[in-house]
Amino acid sequence: MIQVKVKVFRFNPENGEKKPRFDEFTVEADPKEKVLDLLHRIKWEQDGTLAFRRSCAHGICGSCAMKINGANMLACEANLANFRDPTRITVEPLQSLPILKDLVVDLRDFFKKYEIVKPYLINRTQPPSQERLQSPEDRALIDEATWCILCAACTTSCPSNWKNPQFLGPAALLKSYRYCFDTRDEGISERIHVLDNNDGVWRCHTIFNCVEACPKEINITWHISQLKKKLVSREH
Amino acid sequence: MIVKHDVVIVGAGLAGLRAALEASHKYDVAVISKLFPTRSHSGAAQGGIAASLGNVEEDHIDWHFFDTVKGSDYLGDQNAIELLVNDAHPAIYELEHMGCPFSRTLEGKINQRKFGGHTKNYGEGPVLRACFAADRTGHMILHTLYDQCVKNNVRFYSEFYMTDLLVKDNVIRGAIAYDMTNGQYVTFHAKVVMFGTGGYGRAFRITSNAHANTGDGLGVVLRAGLALEDMEFVQFHPTGVYKYGILVSEGARGEGAYLLNNAGERFMEKYAPKLMELAPRDLASRSIQTEINEGRGINGEGYVHLDLRHLGEAKINERLPEIRSFCRKIIGIDPVKEPIPIQPTAHYSMGGIPVTVDGEVLGDGKTQKVEGFYAAGECSCVSVHGANRLGTNSLLEAVVYGRRAGKAIVQFLTKNGIDKADLPEEMLKNLIARVERFKQKTGNEKVGKIRLELQETMMSKVGVFREEKSLQEALDKVHELEKRAENIQIDDKGMKFNTDLTEAMELDNLLHFAELIVKGALNRQESRGAQYRRDFPKRDDANWLKHTIAVKKDGKIEFDYKPVVITKFQPKERKY
Repeated sequence: MIQVKVKVFRFNPENGEKKPRFDEFTVEADPKEKVLDLLHRIKWEQDGTLAFRRSCAHGICGSCAMKINGANMLACEANLANFRDPTRITVEPLQSLPILKDLVVDLRDFFKKYEIVKPYLINRTQPPSQERLQSPEDRALIDEATWCILCAACTTSCPSNWKNPQFLGPAALLKSYRYCFDTRDEGISERIHVLDNNDGVWRCHTIFNCVEACPKEINITWHISQLKKKLVSREH
Repeated sequence: MIVKHDVVIVGAGLAGLRAALEASHKYDVAVISKLFPTRSHSGAAQGGIAASLGNVEEDHIDWHFFDTVKGSDYLGDQNAIELLVNDAHPAIYELEHMGCPFSRTLEGKINQRKFGGHTKNYGEGPVLRACFAADRTGHMILHTLYDQCVKNNVRFYSEFYMTDLLVKDNVIRGAIAYDMTNGQYVTFHAKVVMFGTGGYGRAFRITSNAHANTGDGLGVVLRAGLALEDMEFVQFHPTGVYKYGILVSEGARGEGAYLLNNAGERFMEKYAPKLMELAPRDLASRSIQTEINEGRGINGEGYVHLDLRHLGEAKINERLPEIRSFCRKIIGIDPVKEPIPIQPTAHYSMGGIPVTVDGEVLGDGKTQKVEGFYAAGECSCVSVHGANRLGTNSLLEAVVYGRRAGKAIVQFLTKNGIDKADLPEEMLKNLIARVERFKQKTGNEKVGKIRLELQETMMSKVGVFREEKSLQEALDKVHELEKRAENIQIDDKGMKFNTDLTEAMELDNLLHFAELIVKGALNRQESRGAQYRRDFPKRDDANWLKHTIAVKKDGKIEFDYKPVVITKFQPKERKY
């Protein structure tokens, strides 16, 4: 067992607090535990007022994305063994979104941008009585893009998004790719006006922060580049 | 604050979203969820969704029908199972039409894999029946349905915690929730309420379930004086990651993974010579636990190995990528190079809110419908799984019965109009006062500690193997914890994102129905499906071929029973 000093970002505007602060907790931990385990121990044993989101605890629900020692990741996957100094952990909320309380950010804007790209299959052709056929090669075109768990780690790590909050951001663009490149979709003309402008794909300056932040290891920048190519080629 | 909708659905997993989608074509539908919809635990389902499409090899609806009946240890209601296996085809084709990215065969059809207890020709050997999207099937369906709901303008109330149901004179009036972001109470006034609130794996120490899976809907239903069915039947999934409980899909064994004991033997040969690793879950879990209990766990410890290595890196990457990813990240093991340590993990609740095949809730568990109240998915008991669910039948149930409930809701509203019954003001006040009393609690007990003691008790005494003595001890412990829970302390007195309060409310729900699970198991003096009694190791059709019904009146549980619906397959001995 090791002693971990956990610095946790605290802010509760409800209490009239003007500025955030860091609280430091000391937690006993197995060196293979995750940062989420530490946060639970703090909440359950030391300070019940600490607020954070979590649910599945194995990287599929996307609830517990936060900034840990400076990088966006899922707390449930943040293995202490992977930190240079596992005895010192700093936990902050995702950057650039309004903070509701402690580690909980307001995701309304994130989901609004998601809805803007029409994140659903648009197809006007009457489907057959069984499944539509799609070759494994065509299915592979969208595979990586379907791994997204909407944790917001990418969009909140994107400097273009920090500078220009109107930017749709990597998560929404990735979703747009997922449907635009689905061979069953016929909706690119309905999405083009939000993609082909300054707050759409062209605001992506290939900084690759999103790729680094993505817990599902999706090459988001590559997908955005494919959208750019498609728009330039006018193949749509 | 009061908001009005024609239909209010609680829970945004597969059942809730599928029903929402169906009803939203005609009516104003709201979905309440304590998470963002895509965080729902349906998204963690990995291996597949069953349908006898026959895309890869010969299969028949009747084979699926038989397997599900046999898998249920003959406790499943055969009218409901027949609908399940028939509706499977249109329900899955519709998901594909909505854009669900299933894995494909070379001809471009939905691909299918093997799964436990699904067989060809009434038990001859495993059949390729589970439609899949790598090992992310639940995730893909959940996101597809959410996206479709966005398209259909379903109104989402994300991060709203439902505390109680508003039901009076056997008529639904709505539900109460608080907005977790600001603590405000919101009364949902509705003509129809549907529950798709999921299961309660978090009543157990080792579970594949999310922290959110605390069976809130079941607690709420009991408090409203309504019945629950077959609560003693809790499925333990054979392959949870040792100590963590995280699910390693049966799809791994469907692709050919072995179960090995400390001598490196494929021990399933002893327990299910025909199906081996693809035996149904109750049998596979008992086999693993027996190996462990008899000292044949790895290094004599509480786990055996799930070995994927012979499948090769390419197949693992293609078919089981998510499992490889979380094994590497969370336990530091690469299944391409090392076997995965596994143990049985609390996974699924076969019991729940009794409903008709159209999702209408039966308040007395038998015949009396509660007007305007529906339920589907894991929180409900229709009962297609009986005493033991087959893998991939849960996603199927959620989609098929969510769809059926959605259609039934549309019919109900078309026939009866959308005028809502009055809100019961007095009841509303009392129910809000109950939550307020929670906030004021300043005792000396911690929610986390009581929950942990409950989870440890349920795991060790109400687990894979049960017997009278340990069940009685568990019952005493649950009673003790109920008392102690009156004395909890809530640190957080604020309104904003008060998860301290939410966790206390969740614990209250867990404690509310835990007693039903234990007492139901104690009463049922037989072994059937997931309920295995060491002191009654045989199935007893003469006395126990019946569903348990339980209600809580003035804090006391009253038990009743109802017959199983048997149409085509007469009960016989269950061998694999």
